[in-house]
Amino acid sequence: MKTINLSEVRDRVKDIVQKANFELQDDVMKVIEEMEKKEESPAGKAVFEQIKQNAQIAKDEKLGLCQDTGLAVFFVELGEDVRFHRDDGLESLRDAITQGTREGYEEGYLRKSVVADPIRRKNTGDNTPAYIHWELDKGDHFKVQFVAKGGGAENMSQVRMFAPAAGKEGIEDFVVEVIDTGGSNPCPPTIVGVGLGGNFEYSALLAKKALLRKPLGSHNPDPFYADMEKRLLERINNLGIGPQGMGGRITSLAVHIEAFPCHIASMPAAVNVQCHSHRVLSFEL
Amino acid sequence: MAEHHIKTPVSDEVIEKLHAGDQLFITGSLYTGRDSAHKKLIDLVEKGEKLPIDIKGQFIYYVGPTPARPGKSIGSAGPTTSYRMDSFAPTLYKLGLKGTIGKGSRNKEVKDSLQKYKGVYLAAVGGAGALISKSIEKAEVIAYPELGPEAVRKVEVKEFPCIVINDMYGGDLYEEGKKSYQK
Ligand code: SF4
Repeated sequence: MKTINLSEVRDRVKDIVQKANFELQDDVMKVIEEMEKKEESPAGKAVFEQIKQNAQIAKDEKLGLCQDTGLAVFFVELGEDVRFHRDDGLESLRDAITQGTREGYEEGYLRKSVVADPIRRKNTGDNTPAYIHWELDKGDHFKVQFVAKGGGAENMSQVRMFAPAAGKEGIEDFVVEVIDTGGSNPCPPTIVGVGLGGNFEYSALLAKKALLRKPLGSHNPDPFYADMEKRLLERINNLGIGPQGMGGRITSLAVHIEAFPCHIASMPAAVNVQCHSHRVLSFEL
Repeated sequence: MAEHHIKTPVSDEVIEKLHAGDQLFITGSLYTGRDSAHKKLIDLVEKGEKLPIDIKGQFIYYVGPTPARPGKSIGSAGPTTSYRMDSFAPTLYKLGLKGTIGKGSRNKEVKDSLQKYKGVYLAAVGGAGALISKSIEKAEVIAYPELGPEAVRKVEVKEFPCIVINDMYGGDLYEEGKKSYQK
């Protein structure tokens, strides 16, 4: 049994939402630098150069890497032997994560990008609610992974319910089609998260989890999917869209695929698009 | 690809010189606005009322910046995706707006209005908001403060870097660029 103070969770959340928005992590920088070497178009090279300059300024001045500092999305891995101690007026784990988000976005001068209702659209003013996905497991493990997810790339994402007969080819064509249709909109060079299987909602969640794989550009342990990731990245980068859509060799930095069992009648596929401003950070207690 | 340094407001003669792919550096004032502000502006036009900003010869930058830290004029301030303003843009070009700045492709109506009213569509680098903020010297909210990050601001820029995506001759960098690198 492990006991964690809710105030500690809040403080760590407050810290990572800011840090993620100010500093591109090493694995992301590494892939950006590797892919920059492969870019041939002058406009594309200039974009890579600006991405690197931007990262330096954001880090030095604690300024948002992007003005869209995103919805605050969390994946929480929680062991069933962990208990939380209510302190500082915090009533629950959700409360602690929400409060950390609220304080982090305020203190870090990050943008408040949430509206309270999809149709009536009044800003909630504090970038909450936080979007939290819970994963229960045995043991006393507690990990919180955060991603600042901007709207531009999220808007280019899609879910499609395939018939199993569509096979590997159908899925691959779909992924390429999503990136081709998105074109310059999601701020290429992008990162492509693919969720295969599960059901309608599960596939979308898998696609987002795929995006969060660390380090960026590493492959699925299953060689079948690792091959598919490599093939897809090549096909996507042959589209010619290039950095910022201005034409070039590098349209995406990485493709990550996660697969899961599914119904005998279905083959759900989801593609979650992420921009080069890949702001992911986690902590464990 | 030519490089131009221009000052706002601009005349038609300036727009005539710009071609898809050209690098542009803008100095002067720009207006900012995105989804909600555009809706409000267009509502005024439809009611035949006066706009709170004079858009003749001007550029609108599609941006919703992060809040400015104390002592700074603006926070991170890169472009937002432009297609969401496609339904509003032709009306504004018709009223004398000369350019819009954002990222991502425009629809046919917008591209047609560039040719019809002599305008351009420019892109700044999406996801480079910290870098771009360096060319913004001053910013003040001049309309719709209640919209928060979406309020209309007048910003003073110096050598603000952008690229011509669509010119008044039908040129389109996104289409041409993609074609040259497709395999
Ligand atoms: S897609 Fe990403 S980089 Fe582009 S504006 Fe949105 S958050 Fe920023």
